[in-house]
This record gives sequence, C-alpha cells and structure tokens, in this order.
Amino acid sequence: MANAHPIAHDDHHDQPAAGIKRWLFATNHKDIGTMYLVFSLVMFFVGGAMAMVIRAELFQPGLQLVDPVLFNQMTTNHALVMIFGAVMPAFVGLANWMVPLQIGAPDMALPRMNNFSFWLLPFAFTILLSTFFVPGGAVAGGWTMYPPLVLQTGDAFPMLIFAVHLMGVSSIMGAINVIVTIMNMRTPGMTLLKMPIFCWTWLITAYLLIAVMPVLAGAVTMLLMDHFFKTSFFNAAGGGDPLMFEHVFWFFGHPEVYIMILPAFGIVSEIIPTFARKPLFGATSMIYATASIGFLSFIVWGHHMFADGMPMAAQLFFMMSTMLIAVPTGVKVFNWTATMWRGSMSFEPPMLFAIGFLFMFTIGGFSGVMLAIVPSDFQYQNSYFVVAHFHYVLVPGAVFAIMGAVYYWLPKWTGNMYNITLAKTHFWLSTIFVNVLFFPQHFLGLAGMPRRVPDYAVQFSDWNMVSSIGGFGFGLVQILFAIAVIQCIRGGKKASAEVWDGARPVGLEWSIPSPAPYHSFTTPPALHPAEVRRS
Amino acid sequence: MNFNRLREIVGRVANLSRRAAGLGLGVFGLRAGAVAGDLSPNTSNGYNLPMGVTDISHEIYDLHMLVFWICVGIAVVVFGAMIFSLLKFRKSQGAVADTSMVHSTKVEIVWTVIPVIILVVMAVPAAETILKMEDTRNSELSIRVTGYQWKWQYQYLNDAEGINYFSTLSQDSNFARQLHSGIDPKTVPNYLLSVDKPMVVPSGTKVRLLLTSMDVIHAWWIPDFGAKRDAIPGFINELWFKVTPGKEGIYRGQCAALCGRDHGFMPIVVDVRTPADFQKWVEEQKAALNPAAVPAAAPAPAPAAAPEPIKTARLN
Repeated sequence: MANAHPIAHDDHHDQPAAGIKRWLFATNHKDIGTMYLVFSLVMFFVGGAMAMVIRAELFQPGLQLVDPVLFNQMTTNHALVMIFGAVMPAFVGLANWMVPLQIGAPDMALPRMNNFSFWLLPFAFTILLSTFFVPGGAVAGGWTMYPPLVLQTGDAFPMLIFAVHLMGVSSIMGAINVIVTIMNMRTPGMTLLKMPIFCWTWLITAYLLIAVMPVLAGAVTMLLMDHFFKTSFFNAAGGGDPLMFEHVFWFFGHPEVYIMILPAFGIVSEIIPTFARKPLFGATSMIYATASIGFLSFIVWGHHMFADGMPMAAQLFFMMSTMLIAVPTGVKVFNWTATMWRGSMSFEPPMLFAIGFLFMFTIGGFSGVMLAIVPSDFQYQNSYFVVAHFHYVLVPGAVFAIMGAVYYWLPKWTGNMYNITLAKTHFWLSTIFVNVLFFPQHFLGLAGMPRRVPDYAVQFSDWNMVSSIGGFGFGLVQILFAIAVIQCIRGGKKASAEVWDGARPVGLEWSIPSPAPYHSFTTPPALHPAEVRRS
Repeated sequence: MNFNRLREIVGRVANLSRRAAGLGLGVFGLRAGAVAGDLSPNTSNGYNLPMGVTDISHEIYDLHMLVFWICVGIAVVVFGAMIFSLLKFRKSQGAVADTSMVHSTKVEIVWTVIPVIILVVMAVPAAETILKMEDTRNSELSIRVTGYQWKWQYQYLNDAEGINYFSTLSQDSNFARQLHSGIDPKTVPNYLLSVDKPMVVPSGTKVRLLLTSMDVIHAWWIPDFGAKRDAIPGFINELWFKVTPGKEGIYRGQCAALCGRDHGFMPIVVDVRTPADFQKWVEEQKAALNPAAVPAAAPAPAPAAAPEPIKTARLN
C-alpha cells in the first residue's frame, strides 16, 4: 500500500492533485477516462448542433436557413466530430475506466502516453472547428475527403489534414495502451478466454486501430502532397488516380466502422447477462465472432465503391465478403437472444439501452445485407437509404451502447445512483425519436433522394419533415442525458459495491467499493468467483 | 472462364432461387409499381424503389424485394424470439434464470450454417444481374457524358455524332432554390428535377454512356433505369441501359456524388422517344448544327451548345 511506503515522494500519488493540475498532468486512468468521456459528451452536443442545422434546413423544400456551402460544411463536420470526437473518444474513455478495473490492474500500462493521447484531442478539434473562421470556410467536401473535391478547400485544407493526423496519433496511442495493458496486466489466473468480453472487443478494436489509422494518415498525407507539393497521387493529369484515394480511404474506413461498433458489442455483452441474471450464452463463440468480424473488416472496403466503376470480379468478391460479415454478426445477435432466453430479466436503464441496441442495430444489419447486394446497391448507393443504414448502426447502435455503458457503470464511478425515472424517460423518448428520425430516411432513399443535398424535390417533403421532427426531438431529449449524468456526479442515493444488487453483475469491477477508489487493485486481486463461473 | 458459360450456370441457379422467392413477392402484391402521381420523378411509390423501365431495373427491383422479404422473415423469427423472451422471462413475472444454459455447439452450428445458406440464395441471382449489368457489348448508341461543377455535357457518338450540348438546372428551379428566394418550390414544376435540355435517347435501344468528368467526381443516376455510375476526371466509366419499348417518356434523376456547392442542383433528365422520333430529333439537331446544308429544315430549337447564361442574384 502506498500509505505504508517509506519514500515520501510517492505520497502525492495517493490523492488527486489540486485544481487544474489534476487534469492537465493526469496519469490516473480514472481521471483520463473521465476527461475522455466529458470531451466526448461535449463533442456529441457540438456534432448534434450541426445535425440540427442540417435537419432544420431539410425541414421543407427550398433553402430557408443556410446556403449550400454552409450546409456542406455542416454535413462534413457533423461526421468528423461525431466519429472522431464523440464515438471514438467515448469508447477510449470507457476503456480507460473499465479495462483496468475489469482485469484487476492498478492503472493503464502507459499512463503518461495516456495523458498525451487525450490532450491531443482538444487541440485537434480546436483546429478542426476553427476552420469555420478561416478564408474559404470550413471543410465541405464530405468527411470522406475525396479528391479532387477536397483539394478545392480553402485555408481549412492543411488544418483538416493536421487535425486528422492528431486524431490518428491519439487513437493509435490509445490503442497501444489498451493492448499493452490487456496483454501484460491481467490479474493472475485471468487467461485470455476468461477475460471479460468488453476487454476482448476492445483488444480486437485496438488492433484494428493500429492497423488502419496509419493508412488514413498516409491517405491524407498524399492529399497534402498533391495540394502543396505538386505530386499527382490522385490527379489523373499527372498519372495518378482519384479512385486510388477511395481504395486507400476505405481500407481505413471499413475497419473504422467496426472500431465504432465492436466495443459496443462488448458493452451489450456485459449488460444483458447482468440483467438477464444468466451467463452470456456462447461466450467463446462471441470472442471468435468478434475476431472474425475484425478480420473480415479488412476485405470488404470495396463495397463502398460499387458505383465507382469496378471490375466485375471485384464487385463479386466484395459482395460475397460483405455478405459473409452477416454470419458472425448474426451469431452475436443470436447469442444475445439466447442469453435473454430462460433468463430472469429486469429492465433497469442499462438493460433498456442494451435491448434497444439489439433491436435497432439488427435493423441496421438488415439494411446492411441489402446494401451488400451489388445490383441493388447501385440504387441505394449515395441515397438516403445509406444514411438511414449507417445511422441505425451508429446511433441506436453505437451511441445507445455508450449510453447504456454510462448508465451501467456511472454509479461505480460516482458512488451515487442516478435518477432512474429520468434515465428511463431518456431511453423511451430517445427510442421513439430516433426511429421517427431515421426510419423515414429508408423511404426517402428508396424513392430516389440523394444524400448530402441541402434541398430536394417536393415529393420528398413529407418524409423529410417527419425526419426533421424526429431529429429535433432526439436532439432535445439528449439534454435529459446530460442532466441525469450531472445530477449523479453531484450526489444521490449511495450505490453499493455491486451497484446492481439483485441482478447478476459479473466482474472484478464490482468487487471494489463505489465510488471506485482513486487507486484500485494496487495488488492483483483474486479472480472474481463469477468470472470463473462464466467459462 | 468463358463469360457466356458462367452466365448460363449462374442464371440457372438464379431462376431456382427466384422461383422460391416468387411466392413472397406475389402475395404482397408489391410488384404493382404503378406510376405515382404527377409529383413523382420516377415510378417509385414514394417509399420503395421504382420498378423502373428497363429489364435491369426490374431485376434490381425483384432482387431488392427478394432480399427485403428474406430480411423480414429473419426479423420475424429473431425479433419474435426476443419479444417472446422479453414478455416471458421477466423477473417481475417470477421467472427464474436457467444459469446452466451457457453453450450449445449444436445450436451454434445451426445458426451459423443457416445464414450461410440464405446468403447463397441471395448472392446467386445478384451475381447473375451483375454479369448482365457489366456486359456493355453490342451497344447501338453511345453518348459521352461529362460532369462539370454543376452541369452535364452530352456528346453523341455513332450516327448522332456532332450533337453536343450542356444540360443545366432549369431557370425556374434555379430562381426558386436561391436562399430566401420567397418562391414556394411547390409552385415550380419538377422542382430541382428539370433541366434546360434533357438527354434524348431512343427506346428499345442499348444505349451506352461513357462517363467522365472535367473537375471533381460526379455520379450519373436515373433510378428508373437502375443506372448509376461515377464520372471520374481522367477516367472513363461505362454504363448501359435499354428502355423497354412503350415506356417512352421523361425520366429524372440527380447527381449522386457530393461535388461541391451545387451538388444538389445538377439534375439529370432523360427524354426517351421512339426510335423514329429519336431519328427525327437527330436530324433536327444536325440541321441546327449545320443550317447551310439543309436550308429547308423546320425551325429548330436554339443551338444547343450555348445554354442560357444563368444570372441570379446571390442574396446571402
């Protein structure tokens, strides 16, 4: 124990440093996790505000609020902020908090690098968002940054590239930290297959991150060279190929999609067994399914580019490989269902979000299978059908899982129980509005409305209006989430160590008091009895 | 491998799985695909894919419905099991968890193999359609389509060589779409989906488009033809369609790849005419191109290559 340690200079590790220093120089995984999560929540509202502008402009046909340039800036930055600022940091924050607690480690393996990887993010997003004030305006060429369009960006262009580099560096360092922590710091007796599923999904995610973030960095660096140093990587006039960027980008981009969903799978796999009071069905096959999805994610990138003019053999290959992903994903959904089967379920807020995830992520999965079918994809590609598809997997998918995780572990973090009624209200209103928001977009896409347009033909009016109403509702309801979290941090009914008494929380994180002490597991704990039960 | 042989094999398997799916398609009567009201730019009913007017668009529609109904079927089973669990296995109803139910190799093999079979059922007809879509041989008319920010250029080849013009958003839409224009889009006919000069093609003819771009990537898309392909600067993509005879008319679409500020304002309109009417149109266009050679030609529309310069006040 540090208290008993004879050397005085270790004492300052006992308690958090006072004031801003605690955060600026943070090396404690819990502090850094908190900073990631707060940053993510702020970005969620920034990106959400952009979405509100988009839905407001699309409320009716004609241009009422913003001109097309600002509209394109909104769609582009909404995506960048939500992907790199909200969803990914939220998962890294959860990993920071929960991976050491779940494997019985005292902290992340590389605490100073952890600090650096967090503090890059505020700078990256300050740079990205400040492009709204530079000559030529913010980036408006889509988050996919396809050349030659993105090369028409004004002064924002090098800032975009630099910001993306910073985000990439941050992600890679976060991933290295997760891998090193998991590989080296598990408590004795916790073999890899006994490790909690959340850690497993994060481990695979971390490998994906390390594999593909450098690819993104390479792609945007080539853009930078084309723009400033007269190279022709993507310029046909100089012997390059604009399509090559798309190949490189989606080689990053598709694994990126799974980077944003695998940890969500892990969260749901933690929550459902707890509130079904039953071990996760097929835990080992869950791990293999996650690994298969991780592998397949590297060989499906072409499905983003069917309409770009691809050799027939490539179309067939990418169609088949994409469809294959449905198999391990299906295994997961079936396993979750089997976990609920013959369980004894109660419906606390985390469980509600997990069940919401289960239904609505599956809807996104169905539209994903439809999109894999090349001939139909020609009709769906770049239409609102695609918008509906990826928002179903990302909002009631990834975002619901993140919120479920917060509602699941927040009492462990703060020591207080949040307002359950408020959280349930948040769930139900979110679920209603998210469907009002995104379901009609399937219809719009099938009827022929392209995505990324600020205005549309009048026959698309009705569904757009419905979608916008859902959007405003969903946006407003998220304020309830912020209220529930802030209230819980400030106080409330004290939570027990197990938090979910009467349910069946499994894992080392429930063996320490709530709130989790500033330093936990300074000596490796014995494996939680329930952990042994799981396998 | 011999292209035709491959097609034949795939086709035979595809017919089988189509027949299997046919029941589902027929029962729900969703193949009607009637042309919706005047507002519709295509044969979509407003919430589903258009049936379209080419064989390919029909195949795509059938494939779309096949996969859709398979998904609905799976959804009924999976969501059914979930909802049943949610209702039956509740703690508040006194359900007791069966904690011994943790694993079953048999069940797991079953729910891995069944999806694989279902996927094959979907992949085979899809592959068949891909082979057809990619077969651009024996086209009877070629048109070079060039995307610009933010308009299309159509250059006719083959017998119509020399016809070459730009196609831009029509004036009334362009006025109405300005920020704070004060014009209600509902009063503008085919708002955002009409152009000054559409592409004109004959029905019953295999038309091949050679797509490219002069600046950024655009995409040419007519939902009713089941035809979409990117126009990429420096490269030429091919695309073909053959409108079923008797389906002559105006078909509308939009650019489908973000191409900058006015991406939403470069529609695509195709005027499909009978081969005879098309031939007449070609003669007119040629006469207009070369008025001296054919002095007796009927008054033709204004020379094509010079679209009206569009002057609109930017109000923002």
